[in-house]
Amino acid sequence: MEFLTTFVNGLSLGGIYAMIALGYTMVYGIAKMLNFAHGDIIMVGGYTVHTVLPFLAILLSGVYNPTVAIISSIIAIIAAMVFCMMLGIVVEKVAYKPLRGASPLAVLITAIGVSYLLQSLAQMIFGSAPKHVNIKALDFGILKIGGLAIGYNTIITLVCSILVMIALSLFVKFSKTGRAMVAVSEDKGAAQLMGINVNRIIMITFAIGSALAALASVFFLLKAPTMTPTFGSLPGIKAFTAAVIGGIGSIPGAMIGGILLGVIECFAQAVPAISPYTDAIEFSILIILLLVKPSGLLGKMRREKV
Amino acid sequence: MSERLLEVTDLEVYYGVIKALKGISFHVDRGEIVSLIGANGAGKTTTLHTITGLIRPKHGTILYKGADIGHIPAHKIVSMGMVHVPEGRRVFQNLTVYENLLMGAYSQKNKAEIAANLENVFKQFPRLEERRRQLAGTLSGGEQQMLAMGRALLANPELIVLDEPSMGLSPLLVSEIFEIIKSFREAGKTVLLVEQNAKKAMSISDRVYVLETGSITADGAASELINDERIKKAYLGE
Repeated sequence: MEFLTTFVNGLSLGGIYAMIALGYTMVYGIAKMLNFAHGDIIMVGGYTVHTVLPFLAILLSGVYNPTVAIISSIIAIIAAMVFCMMLGIVVEKVAYKPLRGASPLAVLITAIGVSYLLQSLAQMIFGSAPKHVNIKALDFGILKIGGLAIGYNTIITLVCSILVMIALSLFVKFSKTGRAMVAVSEDKGAAQLMGINVNRIIMITFAIGSALAALASVFFLLKAPTMTPTFGSLPGIKAFTAAVIGGIGSIPGAMIGGILLGVIECFAQAVPAISPYTDAIEFSILIILLLVKPSGLLGKMRREKV
Repeated sequence: MSERLLEVTDLEVYYGVIKALKGISFHVDRGEIVSLIGANGAGKTTTLHTITGLIRPKHGTILYKGADIGHIPAHKIVSMGMVHVPEGRRVFQNLTVYENLLMGAYSQKNKAEIAANLENVFKQFPRLEERRRQLAGTLSGGEQQMLAMGRALLANPELIVLDEPSMGLSPLLVSEIFEIIKSFREAGKTVLLVEQNAKKAMSISDRVYVLETGSITADGAASELINDERIKKAYLGE
């Protein structure tokens, strides 16, 4: 029973990692850059919820009841997604777009710079002390079936992340913009010759990735309601690891890598003897996998074009 | 005199400090097949990339249907009716044949027209219809070339720019590709063709320009140049 509980928790955590990993992998596939500021978008999403929730509570104080509380939580989540989406677009336009065609190292160091900039801004605005961001209205307690005890939050997280992954897969496969994303990731020049505005596709990719990061922050807050300016760093690196394990650039790869990492993390934490080494175990798996299969689980070996 | 579709004047292109095109001028009239021939590195592909907006000229003008397109981005040129089939076909390997064709119609808004164009392409290239659900990466070289050309037709082009369409294909397929190019003209399209296979290119062209290390060194009616002793010696292997 405990095994099953751990497994479900792992799937749920993996779903969150997958959502973040999708942002890394899509941006890498389409803009050919590692957006190391992606993790910090998670943090911005968390602080947006932290800012919007009390504001809504004051606004709706006259009519406050459990249903209104749930609705205002959902509004706060949507606000976080929209704000992060806009932030993603602005960061891309201001910091990355001028470097199109520059050396990958210049872009990389810029991304790291953006990451520290966002963390510093958050520290200036919210201070470095942890902030309690409790989305109480969405805490529905614990589901007990037989000996199985799983938080409703875990199930909501899992279901939402699966829905997000299905929606994204359908979008990429069947929408005109989604197909254009595949085309741009494969051959930017040929895509332009089809009439695709590559800059617009890159912008959409950043918008989608950032919205998913904001959603991920909400699910993290449901697990542990604390927010700090460096909140996004570790989940960001973990999700990046997941994207690399799955094969960076591959959308199904990011999903599989994320879920795999989440399950491994939860099982490692469940065994007292090895739980202190959870992070080390996860990164070791990355190293071993890259030794065996350098392109990741679903990644394709890049054909070098002359 | 027929309508001037494309007029290039004094085009200069640099790669860093290297001058790739040294002020070339040429034109394409509506309904023509015009070939650019020349050795490797003469600047043929650079010329095509510049007129379809992938590279920016340092100097010179590119007039398409009378409008200066020298600073219009590549993705906007497609909807003006000029479409470029690049060297090496560059079909999208991870998309199916059908999806590749739809990418060709990316700039088109009229759904009925897209459907009609798709039907025409399938009529002209039955192999593509048979393989419509297959990933483009699994097609043979000849099929990929046909897909690249079919994809271009879906953009409803007036001027089709072809870069080395016969490269790497068997002699039988090469003849087939040149028949297809001729059929473009019969369908009322205009063609600007770059080819290594100068003999074949000249046999279907109305006019020819010879490009040598970034300059045009000869031009004229294909029927005349094909008998020019110098051209024969340098490009036709006779």
